[in-house]
Amino acid sequence: MQTVIPYDKPLMITVKELTKRYARNTAVDHISFEVVKGQIVGFLGPNGAGKTTTMRMLTCFLPPTSGSATVAGFDVLEQPLEVKKRIGYLPETPPLYPEMETGEYLTFVGQLKGLSGAELRKRVDYVCDRCSVADVKNKLLGKLSKGYRQRVGLAQAIIHNPDVLILDEPTAGLDPKQINETRDLIKSLGGDHTIILSTHILPEVEQTCEQVLIINKGKLVATDSVQNLQNRARGAESVLVEVSGRNGSLDFAVVQRRIEQIAGVSRVVAKQSQQNRSSFEVESGKGFIRGDLARAVVESGWDLNELRPTAMSLEEIFLQLTGAEIKKEEVAIQGAQ
Amino acid sequence: MRNILIICRKELRSYFASPIAYLLLTMFALIFGFFFWNSLGYFVLMGMESQMRGQMMPMNLNEIVIRPLLSNVGVIGLFFIPMITMRLFAEEKRSGTIELLATSPIRDSEIIIGKWLAALSLYACMLLVAAVNFAFLFKYGKPDWKPLAIGYLGLLLQAGALLAIGTFISTLTKNQIIAGAATFGVCLLLWVLEWVSGYETATWAQVLAYMSVITHFESFAKGVLDLKDAIFYVTVIFLGLFFTARSMESLRWRS
Repeated sequence: MQTVIPYDKPLMITVKELTKRYARNTAVDHISFEVVKGQIVGFLGPNGAGKTTTMRMLTCFLPPTSGSATVAGFDVLEQPLEVKKRIGYLPETPPLYPEMETGEYLTFVGQLKGLSGAELRKRVDYVCDRCSVADVKNKLLGKLSKGYRQRVGLAQAIIHNPDVLILDEPTAGLDPKQINETRDLIKSLGGDHTIILSTHILPEVEQTCEQVLIINKGKLVATDSVQNLQNRARGAESVLVEVSGRNGSLDFAVVQRRIEQIAGVSRVVAKQSQQNRSSFEVESGKGFIRGDLARAVVESGWDLNELRPTAMSLEEIFLQLTGAEIKKEEVAIQGAQ
Repeated sequence: MRNILIICRKELRSYFASPIAYLLLTMFALIFGFFFWNSLGYFVLMGMESQMRGQMMPMNLNEIVIRPLLSNVGVIGLFFIPMITMRLFAEEKRSGTIELLATSPIRDSEIIIGKWLAALSLYACMLLVAAVNFAFLFKYGKPDWKPLAIGYLGLLLQAGALLAIGTFISTLTKNQIIAGAATFGVCLLLWVLEWVSGYETATWAQVLAYMSVITHFESFAKGVLDLKDAIFYVTVIFLGLFFTARSMESLRWRS
C-alpha cells in the first residue's frame, strides 16, 4: 500500500500487513499504513469493516494473527508494556466503573498508567479541565449523562499524556452539540498527540482529520489526505434536475440533448418522464455544472422545477470505494447529523 | 507490587461501594452468630449434664466449641465464596472495562493477583466478624489461642484456594450468575469428594478424597499445622491463578 503525505516528521505508527483471522472470517486483511507524529487520522468504514479490531491490535488488546505493528518504535507483540505506556485508548463504550466518582476514577486510571503523587494530582486536574468534566468530579460515573461519560472516557485516555491516542467512535451516541464539542476537543489535542479515530460518519472526517484511511471488509481501500479526497470529490458532481414545459408539452429527447451539450457534462440519465415534465440525473466529469445547467434550461424556455446535488461529496467516493453494501440513504442520514 | 495494590484497592473499593460487602458481612454475622449461639448452648447443656453426673472434669472449649465452629465457618464460606468472586472478571468483561485494564501498562498477573487479594481481604473481614464472637470465649473462659490462630490460618488458605478457583471461573463468562453458580457447584463438589472415603478404600477413592478441600482442613481445625495440608492449599491457589492467567490470555486470542 502507498504511504501518504511526505511529512518530514517522524513516524509514530507503522502497520505492516496486519492481519486478524478468526475461525470463520478474516476481520482485518493485510492492512499497511503509516502515521506521522502529530497527525489526526480518520479511520473510516462501514460497521463491521474491521476498524475496532485494528485499533485493538494497535493497543495490544488483541494479538495479530500475522503482520506487525509498531507504536513509537515499539512492537505491539514484542514490547506490549512499552506500547501501552505510550497509548491512550478510548474504546467504543467508555470503560467506566459506575460505582466510582469521576475524580476517583481518573486517579485510578492515572495510577494504572504509572503516575503518582503530585504529578498524578496535577494531571487529574488538567484533564478534568481540558475535557470539561471538572463540574462532575465528585459525581458517580453511573449517574453521568452520555456526553459526560464520553468526555470522562477521553479524559482517561489522555491522563498520562500519551504520544498516541486511539479513539473508537468518539462521537457515537452524542447529540449534535456534544458532537461538535468533542470534535473541537479532539482537534485541539491534535498538536501534542498523534490521533487515530474511527468513525462511520463522513463529515466528522472532513472536519477533524488530516488524513483518511478507508477500510472495508477488513481491507484498506484508500489512504489519502482529506484535502485530496475532497478535491477528487469536487471533480465530479452529480445533480438531479427536473424540467417542465411552459405550454403543456415538452419533448423529452430535446431536453436531454440540450443538457448533454452543456460543457462539462459527462453523462445524462433520464430518471422519469411524464407529459410535460421530466427529470434527469446529470453527472459532470469536472467542476460545478449547476449554474450552467440552470441557465441552459431557462434560456431554452423551460421551467426549472428542481435542481439539487444527489450525493454529498466525500460520501460518493466512500461509496464507490466501499462498494454497494451500504445504501445511499443510510449514509445521507448519518451525514445529516 | 505497586500495580497489584492499585488493583486490589480498586476492587475493595468496589466491594464496599456497592451493597455486596455489607450484605455478605451482615449475612455472615447472622449465620455465624446463630452457629455460635447453638454451639454455646450445647456446651452449657453438656456442662450441666456432666455436673449432674458428678464428673468434675474440666471441659475443653477448644475441642467442643472452637473446633466444630471453625469447620462451620468453612461450610458457610462455601456459600459466600461464589458471591465474592463471581463479579471479579465477569463484570469487567460485560461492561468493557477489561479493555482499560488490558491496555494499561500492567501485567495480567498483577491484575489477577490484585483481584484475588481483594477477594481474600473481604473474606478476611468475614473472619474478623467471627473473631468478635470468639472474643467472648476469651472473656468468659480460658481457651487456648494457638489452635484458634492455626484454624484461622487454615480458613484463609482454604478460602484462598476456593477463591482462586472462583476467580478462574469468573474469567470464563460475561454472566455473573453463571460464574457464581459454576463456582458454587465446583466448590461443593470439592467439598463432598471426601465422602467417598466413607465406603471405599481403593486407590482412586483415596485420590478423590485427597482432592477434597475438607480433608486438608481437619488438621488445621484441630490446631495442628501440617505442612502437607498447607502445601495442598497453596498448590490449589497457584493452579487456580495460573489457569486464570491462561484464560485471560486466551480471551485475547478468541474475542
